[in-house]
Amino acid sequence: MYTTNASRGLPRHRSRHLAERYTRWTLRCLIAVLVIALLWLVLAFHLNGQWMFALLFSVLGGSLAVVFTKRTLMSHRYIFPAVAGLGVFVIFPLLYTIGISFSNYSSSNLLSEERVRSQLLRQTYQEDDAAFDLALYREGDLTRLLLDSGTQQFVSSPLNLENQEIRQIGIQAADALPTSETLPMREMIQARSALQALRLITPDGTELRMAGIRQFAPMLDRYEPRENGTLFDRRDDRLLTPDHTIGFFVADTGERITPGWPVNVGFANYTQIFTDPDIRGPFMQIFVWTFVFAALTVVFTLAVGFVLASLLQWDQLKGKAIYRTLLILPYAVPAFISILIFKGMFNQHFGEVNMILDTLFGVRPEWFTDPWLARSMLLVVNTWLGYPYMLLLCMGLIQAIPQDLYEASAVDGGGPITNLFKITLPLIIKPLTPLLIAAFAFNFNNFVLIALLTGGNPDILGASTPAGTTDLLVSYTYRIAFQDAGQNFGLAAAIATLIFLLVAGMSLLNLRLSKVKV
Amino acid sequence: MAMVQPRSVGARRLGAHLALICFVSLIVFPLLLVISISFREGNFATGSLIPERFSLEHWSLALGIPWERPDGSIVQPPFPVLLWLWNSIKVAVVSSVLILMLATTSAYAFARMRFKGKEPLLKGMLIFQMFPAVLSLVALYALFDRLGQFVGWLGINTHGALIVASLGAVALHIWTIKGYFESIDGSLEEAAMVDGASTWQAFRYILLPLSIPILMVVFILAFVMSIMEYPMASVLLVDEHKLTLAVGAQQYLADHNQRWGNFAAAAVLSGLPITVAFLICQRWIIGGLTAGGVKG
Repeated sequence: MYTTNASRGLPRHRSRHLAERYTRWTLRCLIAVLVIALLWLVLAFHLNGQWMFALLFSVLGGSLAVVFTKRTLMSHRYIFPAVAGLGVFVIFPLLYTIGISFSNYSSSNLLSEERVRSQLLRQTYQEDDAAFDLALYREGDLTRLLLDSGTQQFVSSPLNLENQEIRQIGIQAADALPTSETLPMREMIQARSALQALRLITPDGTELRMAGIRQFAPMLDRYEPRENGTLFDRRDDRLLTPDHTIGFFVADTGERITPGWPVNVGFANYTQIFTDPDIRGPFMQIFVWTFVFAALTVVFTLAVGFVLASLLQWDQLKGKAIYRTLLILPYAVPAFISILIFKGMFNQHFGEVNMILDTLFGVRPEWFTDPWLARSMLLVVNTWLGYPYMLLLCMGLIQAIPQDLYEASAVDGGGPITNLFKITLPLIIKPLTPLLIAAFAFNFNNFVLIALLTGGNPDILGASTPAGTTDLLVSYTYRIAFQDAGQNFGLAAAIATLIFLLVAGMSLLNLRLSKVKV
Repeated sequence: MAMVQPRSVGARRLGAHLALICFVSLIVFPLLLVISISFREGNFATGSLIPERFSLEHWSLALGIPWERPDGSIVQPPFPVLLWLWNSIKVAVVSSVLILMLATTSAYAFARMRFKGKEPLLKGMLIFQMFPAVLSLVALYALFDRLGQFVGWLGINTHGALIVASLGAVALHIWTIKGYFESIDGSLEEAAMVDGASTWQAFRYILLPLSIPILMVVFILAFVMSIMEYPMASVLLVDEHKLTLAVGAQQYLADHNQRWGNFAAAAVLSGLPITVAFLICQRWIIGGLTAGGVKG
């Protein structure tokens, strides 16, 4: 094997070919444009206060510029795009997830503190005791509003109450009451949606909104910024202090004002997993089931695949090609389709499985509501999906076993069972081990099967997070992050980090066992 | 051919055939069943494998053509299956081409060049390839959510995001192509470089034409993986007309309203091309899959 140093360090001459010179310059321009675009992104993220992303793209842009300008890094130009892809879409998300696991990032703590503050400062409340009584006067097709607080009277210009869009209307102090006919209660109720959309602005700038069926009341800013970052709640007459350990504004009574902002909470998510009984119980149950599921899947698929492979390698058997093609069909059909096929087939009421069981034994098991039946269904389906892979692996490995071993066994009177367990299995188990670990790791994280077949159901009772008896750790994480109303990203990231550690362990073990040569 | 034969070989052969036939029919039964159901009338039809009441209703709906029932009522197609299939193919083709380009160039460097950090990079790729994307979905969602504020075509609910995200899965393919490159003797490229070709030219005009078979395999592999990708698409895509098939198909079997018959036709329509493509290319695909890892 020879290696090139990619003309490293050699002086490069201007190419004799015009076309090549142009290509070179086009490439250089392309790189420059890319770097500039990345720098723009860095600036945009920085101005938005998202330093993690700014850092990511400055690293990306910087390394791009360095790799494509330094002549000594010529070889790295070839691998840069792939490594960058891996960095941005695998390694960065991984680190970011670990980062999130130390925060309380969730649907209630989503925005930055400044955004939360400005959102709170925009909130208004209705002052009830300063309400205005409402009366409507007909003026042709239009309607005039009269607002009376007892001390003050305001009138609006004639309005079209068919219009239900939100609009701001100025009103003036009334010198005299309108003389036209008033609208009866029934018509006021009919015009309710239009009235609710009105924002009446008094001459001194106060905004009035509908407060009851015959009332309008002024809208006031609810919060008022005070010194050292506190907010004063005018409606409830209390002082709110920002608490940077929990990421909420807190009243003296300890009440939290939502929304909050994400803050660093240290190991709180991890301690919650292991100490909060409502989370620890389901977590441990799911953890055990994940291991059992992955291990049993590997055992079942290996058993089926191994037996079939030994059968198919028997030289006395005809029609092997047809059997082989039919046997790997489950592997060729897209998994998301075959899983859904099984979901329909196992349906409690009209699924074919229950119909057959009903006619044969008169039973209709509830595959999706009984935890143990749901688990066995998952194992059956996953064995169907996974055995062809084991079959192909075993066939490849069995082919490499020298035939004279079987000859010797036959001379000594060994039958097919003896051959299987004394010759074939011991000889293929060693090269198979790293692949079995990979299969274990894959099924450990077999999200698609759970998501499409059971969705994790039936649920575990008494769990404070959405947890199902058939959930694997990955689907549990997914549900905590994306399905629950709480959307607890921090907790989900903490569990994901634990799975990362497990997967890292498995893949290191795998790397050692398979003795990969680089 | 074995020289020593047991006496009862004929009986054993018969037994093996019987066992295999039983097993194969068990395995193939769900697939035949779905084909049969797709031709049955109504969504809850039961019956034998050969439909007694033959109907093209589900097929017509799967192809997007409204179907007129015998009683005169018109049934509209419930979901845009063909659009989903088109979305899937679009995303899969673009991402496979990109993956192929990235994987080929880096595999070349890894196979033929000496540079700093080569070994840790290669090993790191093997390790990181085992981390499923599901686990970092929160981070990926946040990444594309923020990116979308500045670059429209990379936001949530765009195919651009899905395509770009699939570039993370490039490591497996680099290993496959690298193995093939290493099996090709380097003397041809050496000769070309002695004659004045640059490294890039040796790669482009000598090695690439020799590697067409493995490039085809990697393309098909990446294509199949992208078509089947579920977790990322389920989080990144929102609108019904943007969905890929893998995400959209499950809507047929929603818990409260299962359209078994409609699903069957859509499943056969979209699953058959992929299955046939896989079977035709199985010889090459399986080599790549069993060498590198597990089908995802």
